[in-house]
Amino acid sequence: MSIYLNQDSKIIVQGITGGMGAKHTALMLDSGAQIVGGVNARKAGTTVQHKDASGADVTLPVYGTVKEAMAETGADVSVVFVPPAFTKDAAIEAIDAGIGLLVVITEGVPVQDTAEVWTYLQGKETRMIGPNCPGIITPGESLAGITPHTITGKGPIGLVSKSGTLTYQMMYELGDLGFSTAIGIGGDPIVGTTHIDALEAFENDPETKAIVMIGEIGGDAEERAAAYIKEHVTKPVVGYVAGFTAPEGKTMGHAGAIVSGSSGTAAAKKEALEAVGVKVGKTPSETADLMREILTSL
Amino acid sequence: MDLFEYQARDIFEKHGVPVLGGVVATTPEEAREGAEKLGGGTVVVKAQVKTGGRGKAGGVKLAHSPEETAEKAGEILGMDIKGHTVHRVMIAQGAKIAEEFYFSVLLDRSNRNYLAMCSVEGGVEIEQLAVERPEALARIAVDPAVGIDEAKAAEIVDAAGFAADIKDKVAEVIQGLWTVFKAEDATLVEVNPLVKTEDGEIIALDGKVTLDENAGFRHPEHAELEDSAAADPLEAKAKENDLNYVKLDGEVGIIGNGAGLVMSTLDVVAYAGERHGGVKPANFLDIGGGANAQVMANGLDVILNDAQVKSVFVNVFGGITACDEVANGIVGALDILGDEASKPLVVRLDGNNVELGRQILTERNHPLVTLADTMDGGADLAAAKAAAAA
Repeated sequence: MSIYLNQDSKIIVQGITGGMGAKHTALMLDSGAQIVGGVNARKAGTTVQHKDASGADVTLPVYGTVKEAMAETGADVSVVFVPPAFTKDAAIEAIDAGIGLLVVITEGVPVQDTAEVWTYLQGKETRMIGPNCPGIITPGESLAGITPHTITGKGPIGLVSKSGTLTYQMMYELGDLGFSTAIGIGGDPIVGTTHIDALEAFENDPETKAIVMIGEIGGDAEERAAAYIKEHVTKPVVGYVAGFTAPEGKTMGHAGAIVSGSSGTAAAKKEALEAVGVKVGKTPSETADLMREILTSL
Repeated sequence: MDLFEYQARDIFEKHGVPVLGGVVATTPEEAREGAEKLGGGTVVVKAQVKTGGRGKAGGVKLAHSPEETAEKAGEILGMDIKGHTVHRVMIAQGAKIAEEFYFSVLLDRSNRNYLAMCSVEGGVEIEQLAVERPEALARIAVDPAVGIDEAKAAEIVDAAGFAADIKDKVAEVIQGLWTVFKAEDATLVEVNPLVKTEDGEIIALDGKVTLDENAGFRHPEHAELEDSAAADPLEAKAKENDLNYVKLDGEVGIIGNGAGLVMSTLDVVAYAGERHGGVKPANFLDIGGGANAQVMANGLDVILNDAQVKSVFVNVFGGITACDEVANGIVGALDILGDEASKPLVVRLDGNNVELGRQILTERNHPLVTLADTMDGGADLAAAKAAAAA
């Protein structure tokens, strides 16, 4: 078990012929993920060559539309690598085609575009992760995104984070234990899957024994997650919040990571999480130690 | 990107939102000419700073002639308002105000849509109103797919409780402000106050606009709105190279990949600094995903030019980014700088192509570079080196 993504997931790549798309298609295949094709309207009917995890040659078909790709391959997951100017249309196309899981890696999508996509997918069957995210990995089974699959393997920990590189860092710190699924939800002001969505899924996943939640300054997603944990999560949760030393009013890379006034600070988030019994580490390594203690005592 | 009031005024005018005449000036002489352009009558001289409370700080003054305008502008220009130096004033036409209202439309992160807020009690601190008398501030959700159409604008003015005689006029202005929000890719459009003049006109008297920098590709003209005067010289240099850099007050230069990891690195270095003479992180610098050697070299160049920096900590966990590119960037930058490079570098690499990256640095064996095995260890070493050099 895992959340959202497993060994049976059939993945297509929107933007498979672009630089990023090609590079990460290769890495996803290397992880053992089932990549079954790609989409590029201008290169429909062509193929791209890659190697699978065993080193064997793989020829992937390029389709003109997501709908066609799904019909031909049975794909249920799409990973989007198209540039920001085309991301909204690519997402809406995938939603219209009825894709189950839509992972938008693209960084720099205008937030009004994301707001429109989010509105559009209400009542539809698609779950969106991202934009501006590393995607999702179920170690040993599948990878839909850009997380390095070599950091660690399968294990009892579920991880949800806004940040990609912090996800990698935490997987590395807890590499001895392994992960059920690690999901990077993205750092933009509006994202398709929230901390709360992932917490709910991990709570319901029998393979996940404990959860690491990584947050950062800005917004109130962590505070809302804390309220959700109090009511609905019985599994142990360990938290980490980045940005304790960030100055107010400065944007720190992620569009969401800006502190203004008292709400949104790392201290406020830590306090909210600790108030509901979540242990919060000061650093990634301390957070990993807290998780290790909890798993040993289970 | 937050706009100045005069820039917001110009954008409002461009989209047909009623505003008063306004001219921006950077010298008293320009202010005099501005007042003449506006007819030579009574004007308001307003400091252009991206912070609130300028009225209380003396940054808004009435002037009755072009001469007085120049005089008041002279008083305001160069003022410090909450740490913001006044480089410009706006000369605004005077108006006879009968009533003051409030309107804003903004991105609502929590609900993943937009929120319109409106009150017939404008001109006050809106945060205060929201806390003290929340019933006086109407909050109406706006569907991103529909926006503020005629029906939504009517709903907003009704909820706010506008008088029947001006309701329609206000609703029309609100639709215009929605056009600004949508057409300019804003995340905030706020008017405080929105006024009714004694002649019964509805006018956006003071506006705040925040633009989404991600949408810059749709709005090449937005680049001109950037306030280059306010940027720190190192920040300006970083921006030229498309680096995500924020100057801070500290001694340990930081380079990393990914906003989350870099923020975390700042924290870990700050904690390490507590053990090493109180040294602090000197900056935030995210070289981003997939950075190549050139980007790394550009980043190092910015940081080594910060006179306050005593040591540098490079913390990279390669996902899209390849560690060998990072290592080549470090080696390349040090070779270009030659003898000018004098600050110790602590480098921690993990992830994609890590073996190759470490090998490149080991083989180059530069006297200034030390490899660290872990993030904690690297932070500690960099802080210690900064403290030793301070």
